[in-house]
Amino acid sequence: MEEQNCMNGRIEKHPILGDLTPVQEVTIYFEGKPIKARAGEPIMAALLAAGVGVFRYTKKGSPRRMFCGIGRCTDCIMNVDGLPGVRTCVTEVRDGMKIERQSGVGIWRVSDSEGDMHGER
Amino acid sequence: MERDNKPAVVIGAGPAGLCAAIELKKAGAPVILMDENSKPGGQLFKQIHKFFGSREHKAGVRGFDIGKELLEESMTSGIDVRLNTEVVGIGQGLSIWAVENRTHAYTMDAAKIIIAAGATENALSFPGWTLPGVMTAGCAQTLINVHRVLPGRRVLMVGSGNVGVIVAYQLLQAGAEVAAVIEAAPQLGGYGVHTAKVRRAGVPFYISTTVAKAEGVECVEHAVIVKVDSKFKPIEGTERMLDVDTICIAIGLTPSIELAGLAGCKMIYVPELGGNMPLHDEYMQTSIPSIYVAGDIAGVEEASTAMEEGRLAGIHAAWSMGFLSEQEMLAKTDIARQRLLALRQGMFGFKRLSAKERIVLQGKSR
Repeated sequence: MEEQNCMNGRIEKHPILGDLTPVQEVTIYFEGKPIKARAGEPIMAALLAAGVGVFRYTKKGSPRRMFCGIGRCTDCIMNVDGLPGVRTCVTEVRDGMKIERQSGVGIWRVSDSEGDMHGER
Repeated sequence: MERDNKPAVVIGAGPAGLCAAIELKKAGAPVILMDENSKPGGQLFKQIHKFFGSREHKAGVRGFDIGKELLEESMTSGIDVRLNTEVVGIGQGLSIWAVENRTHAYTMDAAKIIIAAGATENALSFPGWTLPGVMTAGCAQTLINVHRVLPGRRVLMVGSGNVGVIVAYQLLQAGAEVAAVIEAAPQLGGYGVHTAKVRRAGVPFYISTTVAKAEGVECVEHAVIVKVDSKFKPIEGTERMLDVDTICIAIGLTPSIELAGLAGCKMIYVPELGGNMPLHDEYMQTSIPSIYVAGDIAGVEEASTAMEEGRLAGIHAAWSMGFLSEQEMLAKTDIARQRLLALRQGMFGFKRLSAKERIVLQGKSR
């Protein structure tokens, strides 16, 4: 499984920034599996810390994860709560959020009016 | 002078935008600061190294501490900060088109617009560059210093400029291994202080070397680097395989000029400051009256210079809105200019200074 090949983790101790301070935890679901995330962090960080190596596949099946990390390049887009194309590097986690890999441009799983209730689209 | 009661709108709450908004607010001018992110500060909070310059330039203070100070100042002064607000267009007659929370769009007329949109890191294409594990150095820096997550265990840094060596060092601090720093040019590009720290940590530097390819199935499993000749062409037979899971690209930034371009600001090409950027004068005014630029959008430099440019733009905008006397404006401008001059010293600073002088010379006669 690629999750194991691309191992990552939290930086608990840091010589300049000090110990990682505990914050409120939220649970997000990646492909149905629960993942603990730190409140306020972007989806990208939570998935990376959980060892998720591939965020999406292009329509030709080529894997992608992240590139710029600040919302410019759209490399890290995923399906979030039914909406495809969500930039996971600038979208904060929310308790109960459902995140799935998308293929190509992805599939819209919510109605348009429902989509308006969400943040990123 | 009659005062303009429409607000000055500052786009981008990084070091330049924050300082511009603070100057406007200090002068008593109505100001709205917009940023697409959920938190202000731009890229300041990932800068955990100490800044250079003199005491006035916050030398010896770490970037994130400067960020905290600026945020406190802007919050206590009561600036109208609108986060999660993307400015998607600038229309005729200084109208701003913004989208809030990605769902609610509105327009607003501004008295002045200060665009402090920053810059975007350059990409480098090579076989395998789209694989998970290849990312900009700034992405890795955001991950480790802001989100406290390691992007990988063993990293190849492509580019030996300041961003490359600073992020290489910060990756070491975060607990990653840095397999090498490579540089396509025949000499290293960063400040000696930063380069030496990485060198002392035992990281090898290879000059006249580029990345030939990255290989792996679902993520980077290794990289191949290769020597280049004086024309930057790879020299066959000099390939070397590096066991890395992450490749960071630190080959420069390009000003984010989209909004200025939409507004119709004239551009100038200045390769040493990152490419095309809005032409501007010594007050940071563009070719369009009432539209200013400040920070990396006006030429890629540093957070400290961005702050002073933001002040220049804010001071001039406040004066032209009728909130500062000419005398006050000139006195404040002079202080910011002296600081900028002091920041643009030394081998690296001088190159930026002369490039900036070229822009201003053309900008004056716009």
